Amino acid sequence: MSGKTVSLFIQCLIDTMFPETGLAMIEVFDRLGIPYEYPTGQTCCGQPAFNSGYQRDAAAAARRFIELFESAEVIVCPSGSCVYMVRHHYPELFADDPDMHSRALAIGAKTFEFTQYLVDELEVVDVGAEFSGSVTYHDSCHLNLGLKIADQPRTLLKNVRGLELIEMQDSNVCCGFGGTFSVNYPEISVAMADEKIDNILATGAGAVTGCDISCLMNILGRLSRRGEEVQVLHIAQILAGEKGGKS
Amino acid sequence: MNSHPHSTYREDAQKGIDSPRLQKSLHNLQNRFGKGAMDIWAHLEDREMRRRVKKARMKNFDHLDILLAELASNVRARGGKVYFAKTARDAIDYTLEVAKKNQVKRVVKGKSMLSMEIDIDPALEGEGIEVVETDLGEYIIQLGGDKPSHIIAPCIHLDRNQIGELFTEKLGIDFTNDPPTLTMAARKALREKMLGADMGLTGCNLACAETGQISLVSNEGNIRMATTIPPVHVALMGMERIVATLEEHRETLQLLTRAAALQKLSTYVSFLGGPTGQTDSDGPKEFHLVIIDNGRSKILADPEFREVLACIRCGACLNICPVYGQIGGHAYNSPYCGPIGAVISPLLDGINKHADLCKGETLCGACKEICPVQIDLPRMLAALRHKLAYGSDRWNTSQHNPAEAYGFTLWRLLVTRSAFYRAFIKIGRFFQRPFVRKNKMISKMAGIGSGWTKGRDLPPIAKKTFTELWEEKYGKEKPAPPTAREEENNG
Repeated sequence: MSGKTVSLFIQCLIDTMFPETGLAMIEVFDRLGIPYEYPTGQTCCGQPAFNSGYQRDAAAAARRFIELFESAEVIVCPSGSCVYMVRHHYPELFADDPDMHSRALAIGAKTFEFTQYLVDELEVVDVGAEFSGSVTYHDSCHLNLGLKIADQPRTLLKNVRGLELIEMQDSNVCCGFGGTFSVNYPEISVAMADEKIDNILATGAGAVTGCDISCLMNILGRLSRRGEEVQVLHIAQILAGEKGGKS
Repeated sequence: MNSHPHSTYREDAQKGIDSPRLQKSLHNLQNRFGKGAMDIWAHLEDREMRRRVKKARMKNFDHLDILLAELASNVRARGGKVYFAKTARDAIDYTLEVAKKNQVKRVVKGKSMLSMEIDIDPALEGEGIEVVETDLGEYIIQLGGDKPSHIIAPCIHLDRNQIGELFTEKLGIDFTNDPPTLTMAARKALREKMLGADMGLTGCNLACAETGQISLVSNEGNIRMATTIPPVHVALMGMERIVATLEEHRETLQLLTRAAALQKLSTYVSFLGGPTGQTDSDGPKEFHLVIIDNGRSKILADPEFREVLACIRCGACLNICPVYGQIGGHAYNSPYCGPIGAVISPLLDGINKHADLCKGETLCGACKEICPVQIDLPRMLAALRHKLAYGSDRWNTSQHNPAEAYGFTLWRLLVTRSAFYRAFIKIGRFFQRPFVRKNKMISKMAGIGSGWTKGRDLPPIAKKTFTELWEEKYGKEKPAPPTAREEENNG
């Protein structure tokens, strides 16, 4: 495998609420012999503040992130929207500061989403995982429209033994999360989640997966409220070969 | 624009979500036109076309004054009148003056969003002038005293039964829900209005500086009649709707009709550039082009928002936006709805006033994908939120939500100090305990969290965070010793 040591960039929601997703990612790395390290001082990339318009506050988080990860060989994160934040919004935040701007660009250039890193950078298409059951895949917006990552996760899923991938209708339509949007405009957010869930249920798949825990948390939260039985699993959990959902 | 002191975005959104009829219409609209446009872009042979048109649109803004002067002088040379209106009021006053001079009793309108933006109809009606919309959708809206809910398909919120009932009541025909019969009824009523009209009032899809002509697209032929039968034609033009050359006009038009209605070309395209002349005997005796600023110069002057002026008002972003797809157009409470409305309405009419439009989207990016000229609306939504977050003198905007601002100040303190951050998580873990139910979910929260639990459950903070688990395993050293991992793998 690649000699580069991966610096784990663990999204705050994964750290605090879904640590099993982070553990699953390391399991995959272990299986593939990919070396990694974890800068334990990391907190949040700043996306909630940025998307809400609080750019100065987001810039403080960005500055800290850049300092923390500057020495990394390569940075890998199991969340598309966080990677999009680092790659695309960090340089914008420092548009008026040439030094920070170029540092932001440099960080962005070595930051990858988990499935993107495996497939595009390491050319791994089969992680040797097993899973029994059918799964449907949700294309999260920043991952799909922002980073243009749609084939990589599907390639990895298709190579999981025992897994049947069933595509849902409108898999690329927003689930309604939208960060603070979800709490500020719950009526709209839930209506969007309902449409997503109806499409998930229509596939008859036993589990829904994706590359962004925030979207999955939205789907999970609504599924739970509706009393639906569908499992919600981050793609790392499937690729780690887990048989059951821990979420 | 009408003023709406209290934002009703959420209430109106809920109404839209609760209407099965609207949901069905929006679903059909997005399935057909949203997906259709994406399909066209995916198969467009000329991969550079959209980028090229966008580039040309932006380049034109660098010397908009020169292009507008060229347009005006070419129109004037053909005997047309050109008036530059700084404000909505100026445009209305000029049009009223033209109407009075020509003793206008009835105005027939071609579909124009700009006429709604400047709210000209009440001003004309206030002078005793009858105003008749001639676009079928707008006519239906006008008959019902309703408001449009889509830029291109104004009565998308109504179904044929509702329209049948409306026609029975207003046009006195026997009830039918058969679209061709209803269309014929409208056609008959409108034709009578057309034949006795004193003035045609239209918008302007594109204006070409090189040729000194404006273009109007339609599929019903109403615009051709409204611009040629009455003796006077007044065209309202947003000052950004200019293209430099006929070649640029061709490409832009091709994108417009494809994006708006999946058409290579609309059924009618009218090129209009002056009053009737010796060679063309069918036109109006007077042609007036009113070029309207109404806040556009201010947008032009701000590099952050200038890009929104590249919009050609095709309405495609409405046909893909998942938020518009749930709530419909009325919730936006503005002539411009959907993603484009969420950016342009605050800029033209007040960012604070339209704060809910700035904040009420998920920034999913679908609008940017479908836009024929690739306008980055999500970027500008975030920029508008930035104005609301801290206030902006330039945009005369005050801080929208001080409590939220304090919240993010606190957030900043936490995320820039990991010791605080971790302590905060521990405190949260302690206080969440009474709220975690048997299914290991939280279903009721107070404060900001109540928005989440209104319709969803929330997983609690984990017993141990990833960081805590890591430190248990590897200690607090930053990198895990590689040997430790290797031993583990081998063992």
